[in-house]
Amino acid sequence: MGAAQIDRYIELGGYDAAKKCLAQGPDWIITEMKASNLRGRGGAGFPTGLKWSFVPKQNPKPKYVLVNGDESEPGTCKDHLIFLHDPHAVIEGTIIAGLAIGAKVGFIYLRGEYRYLLEIMEKAVADAYAKGFLGKNIFGSDTEFQVITQSGAGAYEVGEESALMESLEGKRGIPRIKPPFPAVVGLYGGPTVINNAETIATVPHVIEMGAAAYAATGSERNGGTRLFCLSGHVERPGVYELPMGYNLKKMIYEVGGGIRGGRTLKAVVPGGSSTPVLLPSEIENLGMDYDQVGKAGSMLGSGGVVVIDDQTCIVEFALRTISFYQHESCGWCIPCREGTDWLKKSLTRFHAGFGVAKDIDNIQYLAENMMGRTFCPLGDAAAMPTLGFVKKFRKEFEDHLNGKPCPFAKHVEMAVI
Amino acid sequence: MSPETMTLFSPALAARFDALVQKYPLKRSALVPMLLYAQDEVGYLSDAVIAEVAERIGITQLDVRDVASYYSMLRFKPAGKFNVQVCTNISCMLRGGYDVYERFQEELGIGHKGVTPDGIFSLEEVECIGVCCWAPAIQVNYDFHDELSAEHVPGIIAGYRGKAHAEAGVPDDGSSSPRWKPLVEGTGLNA
Repeated sequence: MGAAQIDRYIELGGYDAAKKCLAQGPDWIITEMKASNLRGRGGAGFPTGLKWSFVPKQNPKPKYVLVNGDESEPGTCKDHLIFLHDPHAVIEGTIIAGLAIGAKVGFIYLRGEYRYLLEIMEKAVADAYAKGFLGKNIFGSDTEFQVITQSGAGAYEVGEESALMESLEGKRGIPRIKPPFPAVVGLYGGPTVINNAETIATVPHVIEMGAAAYAATGSERNGGTRLFCLSGHVERPGVYELPMGYNLKKMIYEVGGGIRGGRTLKAVVPGGSSTPVLLPSEIENLGMDYDQVGKAGSMLGSGGVVVIDDQTCIVEFALRTISFYQHESCGWCIPCREGTDWLKKSLTRFHAGFGVAKDIDNIQYLAENMMGRTFCPLGDAAAMPTLGFVKKFRKEFEDHLNGKPCPFAKHVEMAVI
Repeated sequence: MSPETMTLFSPALAARFDALVQKYPLKRSALVPMLLYAQDEVGYLSDAVIAEVAERIGITQLDVRDVASYYSMLRFKPAGKFNVQVCTNISCMLRGGYDVYERFQEELGIGHKGVTPDGIFSLEEVECIGVCCWAPAIQVNYDFHDELSAEHVPGIIAGYRGKAHAEAGVPDDGSSSPRWKPLVEGTGLNA
């Protein structure tokens, strides 16, 4: 019987952290969270305690907690396992976040494809209600906290916090202009804390271990452990929980068992498809935390480590990455809608062998002009990896010029011009 | 005609919708899940489904269409009884996602968003479905199949075809290939 069953979860010490938080009060919770150095696991790495402290204490409108389980970043499948094996940690974390900011309602939003996980979550929520951990009087106190589960219906863009709120309000998932930030004006106009499902599932452990012990597990300014989703050309792909700051080379060669079929490493995408690619020379002494990966010119992102071997065409990989962002762009703002579309067209033509030398610079120019000019981070998410591919693998792009067939490709699509 | 007296959904789903619209601080929050659940039962978002959902929430049909057209899982045309969604995004691509997708195309004789003539299968190339570490993966309706290769494809198809035939009461000996009764367009009801 796994921890997805409420009795087993309680046996393992589950919901003790929530009871402790109920006794200690909001200021204590936020101080603990700040001291733990826990940073958001969704991708941006914003300190969780700080985020919670931004919510105004007194507010005429109700406050909300929103758990982002719209996991859609290619290369990321960690929340999938959390919902499958540890749904009560998500609920307990939501309660704690609610206590910290003074919210009475928490929403847990799962992507539409995760139907069987939604059913697991719904059962867990019903069990927690039955035990009196949720409802009008949680744990026998006079504090109220409700949890509502919600299903999406297929949209990457909804993973962006303001688009998520729009979707939850029954609208198209188009991001809102910021400021005001969700901590001030969020869901239904009330102050809202939005956290990734992994962040929320980590919260009970932070309280249980104590902030100092949790912070000590990780590296400097990056507390604790995180789930790394190792995929692509490794011998043993999988989701691994490792301390923050864990060496990337060790992760690939020791944890992941090295490159599949004894081939050599060509490149690594360190944090989901939106993060710039890293070369083998760049991962030698690279610790996987937000600061070190940032210094190396990429991002830790959502922890999706995609390993690419020497038999892979980087142009094809770039094309597939961009095709995704072109498909998922909501079309609201022009730099993203047009930029992703033109990038896809250019890369398709290029990969098919109809590119001209100027295209390489054009691709770079397009991507550079998208950076920082879009409504939400989706535009950057498309531009950043593109710039990485073009800058670090320019030679491979040049090899595709003048009608030369792609040296690796099996799936050359005809260019749409 | 109020939804209480006339509904095109099953009694269980209608009851679920009654509860769903009460669940949120705003009724409209029920819209996205409602459309998905309605589609699961009816097969697609027909005019009748859209009309009833709009009435239940108290918004216009145009509002419903506007929202529904945004989400990639929602469709306005019937799909096959089993909708095969093959992920070809990066993690799946690196481990042979396209081989799996091409094999499905060959075996089923249809392409992206196509439906087989017997109505049992439809095929879709989809973006990341969150099974990257067990790639390549597919989703058939809501069921995941992972760690696949092209060789697994005929077995998966046979399994689902058998299920469809068993449900329709057809002997699965290959002697007959009856047309699976598809959804009739326009009514939103099972014919």
